[in-house]
Amino acid sequence: MRRFVLIAIPYLWLLALFLVPFAIVLKISLSDAAIARPPYFPQFDWAAGIRAFISELDFENYIFLTQDDLYWKAYLSSVKIALISTALTLLVGYPIAYGMARAPQEWRATLMMLVILPFWTSFLIRVYAWMGILSNEGYLNQFLMWTGLISEPLTILNTQTAVYIGIVYTYLPFMILPIYSALDRLDGSLIEAAEDLGCSRAQAFWLVTIPLSRPGIIAGCFLVMIPVIGEFVIPSLLGGSGTLMIGKVLWEEFFSNRDWPVASAVAIVLLLILVIPIVLFQRNQQKQAEAEQ
Amino acid sequence: MGALLNSTVFAPWDDPQAKPLIQFQNVTKRFGGFTAIDNLSIDIFEREFFALLGPSGCGKTTMMRMLAGFEKPTEGHILLAGQDIDPIPPNKRAVNMMFQSYALFPHLSVWDNIAFGLKRDKMPKRDIEERVDEMLRLTRLEKFASRKPHQISGGQRQRVALARSLAKAPKLLLLDEPLGALDKKLRQDTQFELMDIQEKTGTTFVIVTHDQEEAMTVASRVAVMDHGRIIQADTPARIYETPNSVYVADFIGDVNIIEGRATPKGDDSYSIDWAEGQTPLQATSSAAIEKGQKCHLAIRPEKVTITAERPADAANAVQGKVHDIAYLGNLSTYHVELPNGTIIKAQTANTRRISRRSFSWEDPVWLSWTATAGVLLAN
Repeated sequence: MRRFVLIAIPYLWLLALFLVPFAIVLKISLSDAAIARPPYFPQFDWAAGIRAFISELDFENYIFLTQDDLYWKAYLSSVKIALISTALTLLVGYPIAYGMARAPQEWRATLMMLVILPFWTSFLIRVYAWMGILSNEGYLNQFLMWTGLISEPLTILNTQTAVYIGIVYTYLPFMILPIYSALDRLDGSLIEAAEDLGCSRAQAFWLVTIPLSRPGIIAGCFLVMIPVIGEFVIPSLLGGSGTLMIGKVLWEEFFSNRDWPVASAVAIVLLLILVIPIVLFQRNQQKQAEAEQ
Repeated sequence: MGALLNSTVFAPWDDPQAKPLIQFQNVTKRFGGFTAIDNLSIDIFEREFFALLGPSGCGKTTMMRMLAGFEKPTEGHILLAGQDIDPIPPNKRAVNMMFQSYALFPHLSVWDNIAFGLKRDKMPKRDIEERVDEMLRLTRLEKFASRKPHQISGGQRQRVALARSLAKAPKLLLLDEPLGALDKKLRQDTQFELMDIQEKTGTTFVIVTHDQEEAMTVASRVAVMDHGRIIQADTPARIYETPNSVYVADFIGDVNIIEGRATPKGDDSYSIDWAEGQTPLQATSSAAIEKGQKCHLAIRPEKVTITAERPADAANAVQGKVHDIAYLGNLSTYHVELPNGTIIKAQTANTRRISRRSFSWEDPVWLSWTATAGVLLAN
């Protein structure tokens, strides 16, 4: 009985805060926009009965998504930005994780702390701080002009570059931590064995360290890529109007256009796109768990 | 050990003409303020099975890691076949190591683990296949070639590690506690297997172990180490029979140490005053000991005879009573307490059933041994 209660609590939580809202959003996506409150039709009416209610629902909004090329372009651009920024985060994060795992034992806790430290400040404040750094009169341009490297300020804010900088900065800990945990478990004698058998340092890295940290790399990449696809704050604050991402489109559809049914359809399709990497991620985690047995 | 059984005795260390494969020349290794190896010099010869034996922290692993190239001597030089190997990195040395943890690559199959070193040498594919198959046959692993290391047993993993380190046919194979992770029965079987493989391949083996029985079984010579020095390096038999110090006598096997003062009686024989009111003990020593010098007499328990009556012709005989009996199945060790409180151990083979045992607790007994049974060690 007690076990049942323990299992029931998280499932009830998921039911109330995920499944029910999901059902509501799904229902809205099948409705029609209306100038009313709430701004869609039909509303469920006990008197008319469930059959009449369902007959009012249709896939019109989904068809609309395929007709306006804004949507698929936004999806595509989101996926592209997510892929590129995941690769960039990996390039930056791997050496940091490697350095942490190779650091003397007494330093590791401190280094780990430094990676987690940014979470102590509000995410929004940190993104605003980047606006201060990257703008034309920002600290970065001031510094570069002062050193004499450039004479004209660089335009970084409100470009895709700023979006990439923001994403890499924000999601870096999600990349570092799983890779670090994989590298930390790596037995140092394996590297020595590789060298003993004729590998140079670089070969030992490619043939032993990289393959053995692969589960960490895969986990880190998914942990970055999945939320970045739906990212809204970073592109809207740092990316300006030129950056097209589905999170922003969704927000505008909801709050500027007040077209809840289309916005809901966008959200459902986004969720379907995200299911693919999430399933792959789960499979990776499961495979890793099996390998460790 | 096989060498000792051969008709021509394998003993290049006694031959002044023999060229050593490895030479430690006044090697010192310090880690910060800690001296792991202290001005150590030793020659190891080709085809030898050389064991480094000592308690943990005695420097045996450091010696091995210096041979592999993972550590560099602070002072002195290490020569391999006459060449100073200090500046050569581990991947360029004709030396391979079998790690204590085996260090098998978990993402590679048994076959790929063994082929790993060969592939680094850019060997033709056919030759690699041939060599790996040969190694699999040698270690009886043919059936497990495609398994991953986590899918095989501890004993099989040990053999994969051995096959992998032998695959490149190194001049010198280093084995770091190779049998430490195996249970006792498997360890004994594997010891003989190791000796067999060593003889078949003709490779020079240097093994690090803290297990004296293992060192005695497999090695042609054993070096007993303590605090970064080699105390004695000799054949197992000589280490056991003629230890050069109390430390070695005590470290290898069981021993009774009796402290006393020697009086020379000529012809290498000495009489030792060891306790108030006791007859002096008779012993021989090839090393000269001055009159009145403090010394230790080391006697192995199996060389002490236990009897009910005083044996008539014994050179040394003392009386005591049985304090304790350790029954080991095939052997029994009697702990006999002498009137002055000293405990002397005597070991006898249990040729009779236990119910017919001649002695029991508190029985008065005589212990006796010959003049040549013990080793007299000067301080």
